Amino acid sequence: MDYFIQQLINGLTLGSIYGLVAIGYTMVYGIIGMINFAHGDIFMLGGFAALIIFLILTSFFAGIPVALLLLLMLVVGMLMTGLWNWTIERVAYRPLRGSFRLAPLITAIGMSIVLSNFIQVTQGPRNKPIPQLVTDVYHLGEISISLKQILIVVITSVLLFAFWYIVNKTPLGRAQRATEQDRKMAALLGVDVDRTISITFVMGAALAAVAGGMYLMYYGVASFNDGFIPGVKAFTAAVLGGIGSLPGAVLGGLMIGLIESLWSAYFTIAYKDVATFAILAFVLIFKPTGILGRPEVEKV
Amino acid sequence: MASPSENTQSGLMAKAVKEGIFAGAIAFGMFLLYVGIETYQDIDNRLVWRTRWGLLAIFVLVAAVGRFLTVGFIKPHIDRRKLAKAKSGVLEISEDKGFFHKHFLKIALIALLLYPIGSVMLFGPQGSLKYVDNFGIQILIYVMLAWGLNIVVGLAGLLDLGYVAFYAVGAYSYALLSANFGLSFWILLPLAGILAAMWGIILGFPVLRLRGDYLAIVTLAFGEIIRLVLINWTDVTQGTFGISGIAKASVFGIWSFDVGSPNYFPRAMGLATSSAWYKIFLFYVILALCLVTAYVTIRLRRMPIGRAWEALREDEIACRSLGINTVATKLTAFATGAMFGGFAGSFFATRQGFVSPESFVFLESAVILAIVVLGGMGSLTGIAIAAVVMVGGTELLREMEFLKLIFGPDFTPELYRMLLFGLAMIIVMLFKPRGFVGSREPTAFLRERKAVSGSFTKEGHG
Repeated sequence: MDYFIQQLINGLTLGSIYGLVAIGYTMVYGIIGMINFAHGDIFMLGGFAALIIFLILTSFFAGIPVALLLLLMLVVGMLMTGLWNWTIERVAYRPLRGSFRLAPLITAIGMSIVLSNFIQVTQGPRNKPIPQLVTDVYHLGEISISLKQILIVVITSVLLFAFWYIVNKTPLGRAQRATEQDRKMAALLGVDVDRTISITFVMGAALAAVAGGMYLMYYGVASFNDGFIPGVKAFTAAVLGGIGSLPGAVLGGLMIGLIESLWSAYFTIAYKDVATFAILAFVLIFKPTGILGRPEVEKV
Repeated sequence: MASPSENTQSGLMAKAVKEGIFAGAIAFGMFLLYVGIETYQDIDNRLVWRTRWGLLAIFVLVAAVGRFLTVGFIKPHIDRRKLAKAKSGVLEISEDKGFFHKHFLKIALIALLLYPIGSVMLFGPQGSLKYVDNFGIQILIYVMLAWGLNIVVGLAGLLDLGYVAFYAVGAYSYALLSANFGLSFWILLPLAGILAAMWGIILGFPVLRLRGDYLAIVTLAFGEIIRLVLINWTDVTQGTFGISGIAKASVFGIWSFDVGSPNYFPRAMGLATSSAWYKIFLFYVILALCLVTAYVTIRLRRMPIGRAWEALREDEIACRSLGINTVATKLTAFATGAMFGGFAGSFFATRQGFVSPESFVFLESAVILAIVVLGGMGSLTGIAIAAVVMVGGTELLREMEFLKLIFGPDFTPELYRMLLFGLAMIIVMLFKPRGFVGSREPTAFLRERKAVSGSFTKEGHG
């Protein structure tokens, strides 16, 4: 039982990270109906920003408090990836809005290839290890919870609350929801659709950057191709929860994290990704709109 | 939208300067950390950093000047040309085609048939190796794969992001069956195709209810599952080490390409011993396979099943209301596409002599899909052109030794191969979202076949 709870905690941590990335996928899909394939690489860029800020700060201010260091890593990562995603949307997706369905998907895949190769070329192909930032571990009987796991879950919860507040309680969130429901009507009613979509991309990127920074903190290593597998899993999470649904993305992320850690614990670790993908396939086959997704109405 | 003052030259310049500075500032922000700072491991294997302000300055300058030129000169020029074209009133697709345009296919086919002979005559057998193998065979494999995927994506409109799985099935079928049972290439080629088609049905069946992006993500998942199984099922597939020493193809079992064998093909033909002859033989094999794919695609499009595919792509609900069995239609598209992937896979295995899961990553699926879409979905000619441009272009980078003279001896062009491929994908899509072949020729027509602009069809060629 202790072992089970331990795995539950590990899964929850991992799931929080996937959930944060999944929100970016689901928001973009909800608002303009495209799979932003480059989102996983935005997550990777966020991790790299955190890594570089970590190196700079620790070399200038040796005794910097860990909390401040972590905060700066995450905030700079958010600004960085927000800027990147804003530019990417502006350059690669906006001109193709209203073009045929596959065009933005292809530029998104191209963008994903560009981003990971850009980092490979500028920062080198090797894995980048950093020392452990947070090392405290608490023991509750047989169960051990590390401080970084608590941090990840707490930061995720805070961000989710802030995010929920923005989407549901502010004029910006109202504009986003209006654009999602009917872009043309929203524009007629005075919503600046282009700006709303840009802000959506920036928000998604900021959440992904936090996830990237926490991923770096959790595993202590960054690599240029870190974007793909976590990206696909986060997208799986978004689809699992019902793409377009924000609570669904979080729920899907947590489920993917739990499935992954429980499968690794009780079956073979080698096939943990196979399990994730297989469950995705099963869910979609029996409930194609995901767990919390609205059923699509077919119109002739 | 443009106010009168902006139309004047000075207004335009002011706008261009403003946009240029803005782009420079954005680029500075974007590249500050990733280009301006380099992280690397020092002698103690610790991660340290150093600055690269010069490189950062180049990036910022390129962005600023590029934006300035685009806004100030290139865009007004394009707008003027568009305006002139619209005024002259010539339709974009003219009916009278030039000689080259009319006979393009024949010319291309003859050029392809003569290509290996020409390169042997120009560079000798050993020198031709590079041109026949790296360019010829490599591009033709992608042409074949893209034509196979075209049946699924371009004709039936089913977005498949895991096509490389069928390629892998074909390659591993050949590698395993030839190693364990000693069967020849010519028996295993159709068998690999059939096995891949079966996998197409197995994977296709559960996902039939899904549409669009859901289908895309499930096919991606299946592609990854097959790759992960290949990595982890080490008893059979030898995992990441891959299977090496795969048997070469023979000339229909009559001659062999193993130097030791008594009926070694070049000896029988009185040619010098060289591995180039095998590559030339393989070139003709893959060319023949490509032609078969093209022929089958063209014939199928005229058959009821092909028309059902295209109808399905345009409107699924209408299809169902008209009594088309959508399940069978989708499954045949999946199976046919997968079969060609399987053929290409077994060819790949015999050409490389080595297969490993590394060759079947998602990136390959993305590249193949990109070729299909960039070519203008459904158009065989467009896809072939896209494959030549995208694959040939990136292969060309390997050859650019002279770049080392410009950028110094440490410069490795291969490193930039995928970066440029990705950029090319984006740029082509931005300027030609309907692909290289923008016009569409309908499969079914009344009295007279008329090409229309791609923007009139939902997607695809028909």
